[in-house]
Amino acid sequence: MGRLMGGVLRKLGSLAVNGVWQFGFIARFFVLILRYSGQSFMRLHLTIRELYFSGVMSLLIILVSGLFVGLVLGLQGYEILQRYGSSEAMGTMVALSLLRELGPVVAGLLFASRAGSAVTAEIGLMKVTEQLKAMDMMAVNPIARVVAPRFWGGVVSMPLLAALFSTMGIFGGWLIGVVFIGVDDGAFWSQMQAAVDFRYDVLNGVFKSAVFGVAVSLIAVFEGYDCVPTAEGVSRAITRTVVSSALAILALDFVMTSFMFRGL
Amino acid sequence: MSEPLVRLENVRFAYGERTILRDISLSISRGQVVAIMGGSGCGKTTLLRLIGGQERAVGGRVLVDGQDVGALGREDLYALRRRMGMLFQFGALFTDMTVFDNVAFPLREHTDLPPELINDLVLMKLHAVGLRGAAQLRPGELSGGMARRVALARTIALDPMLLMYDEPFTGLDPISLGVIGQLIRRLNNALGASSLIVTHDIQESLQIVDYIYFISEGRVVAQGTPDEIRNTSDPFVHQFVHAEADGPVPFHYPAGDYATALVGGAG
Repeated sequence: MGRLMGGVLRKLGSLAVNGVWQFGFIARFFVLILRYSGQSFMRLHLTIRELYFSGVMSLLIILVSGLFVGLVLGLQGYEILQRYGSSEAMGTMVALSLLRELGPVVAGLLFASRAGSAVTAEIGLMKVTEQLKAMDMMAVNPIARVVAPRFWGGVVSMPLLAALFSTMGIFGGWLIGVVFIGVDDGAFWSQMQAAVDFRYDVLNGVFKSAVFGVAVSLIAVFEGYDCVPTAEGVSRAITRTVVSSALAILALDFVMTSFMFRGL
Repeated sequence: MSEPLVRLENVRFAYGERTILRDISLSISRGQVVAIMGGSGCGKTTLLRLIGGQERAVGGRVLVDGQDVGALGREDLYALRRRMGMLFQFGALFTDMTVFDNVAFPLREHTDLPPELINDLVLMKLHAVGLRGAAQLRPGELSGGMARRVALARTIALDPMLLMYDEPFTGLDPISLGVIGQLIRRLNNALGASSLIVTHDIQESLQIVDYIYFISEGRVVAQGTPDEIRNTSDPFVHQFVHAEADGPVPFHYPAGDYATALVGGAG
């Protein structure tokens, strides 16, 4: 019994210690990225290329998902609101739920699995094939040349993608409510306009998505750079990117929401 | 005689508890092609990493062109690396770029040359390794031998003073192997550089190098010119040159008594 307890305690202890170490590594890595970002901004085409891969290439999944989330919100929202005879409030409900929560969070989750995993895989495979080492031996810093552009590409793409997600969602809600069900068009938009506050709702949502962008991009580049340089190591790193990103997004979302919207 | 380009003085290296190199002293004169040989896992590649500054020695000094590599800061180390070239075992070409862009990479990163000049330089380097016609191919479309020649062209892009090769002959057919061997020798002479080859391909090395060091268990156990090596009476070198299974390098991993292990149950 004593031995079992000792074993459990030891395991817990090592988990905690490893967690702290890992957190320290990520923090140091983040500082390194910031330090060498200047060098990578001098050759802006590198970052723009990553912006294309992370941002533009994620457009399809983001736009389609946004549309469908909006359609479903429209159906569900109408069904509930009409019980209270306030189906005109549909626009408000769709817009607020997308701008405050669903836009940043769902777009963040999709972004992590579409772009984050790709970044991890790319950097991980560059490590496996010694490309990072070769670069370092050519006196080119891999953090400045490979990591920083991918990080900033993700950070810039994420809020834009979340905004497009919300826009598509609102369009989807309008399609269901106004076009198919027949909610009054004027009421739909004017109630939305009256109820949505730019700073309180829109900017807070943008801020959220920017934070998610930093978190997902940092996790993705770190996992790739830190992976065990084997096929198995890369696959584990990709899994970790998606799982840790999802958990980070949900945890950060809770913290930010509780600070931003506690007046309610 | 002038100061050698690379000098290792009593270098010791360990990964944590595991000692890799115990006491290595060797030197590479300017203009020479030197081979470092030894069995798999004897620390040959670690030697290259020490000279390139990717690892730091635990004891002793690694001097390249008079500079103590282990004591250099990042900026100085990068300045030194611009004058070194390292060819990785499988080439380590950048898979997202064409052959041309791979060779142009160091030039674009480290110089402000106009595009026309870079174009000419890259074509000259590719011509030197016989692959000018492959400039627009992707690394995935190349054979192993071709990929290594492209990597060689990239390595010499900045005309380094020191070229390092990590197992350049591994996994090549006899023709590609001969081609790489001849290229290493020719480029060394043409560039006026010095070369260090880490390999266990003894027959190919004997034909192209000026001097050979044998490493075993973290020490230099034999050295000499190719002629001296061929005619040596040293049992280790003899075993190596003639590829004998047992000798000073034992066939068996150290273990307890065989009979006891079989009869006595748990070894």
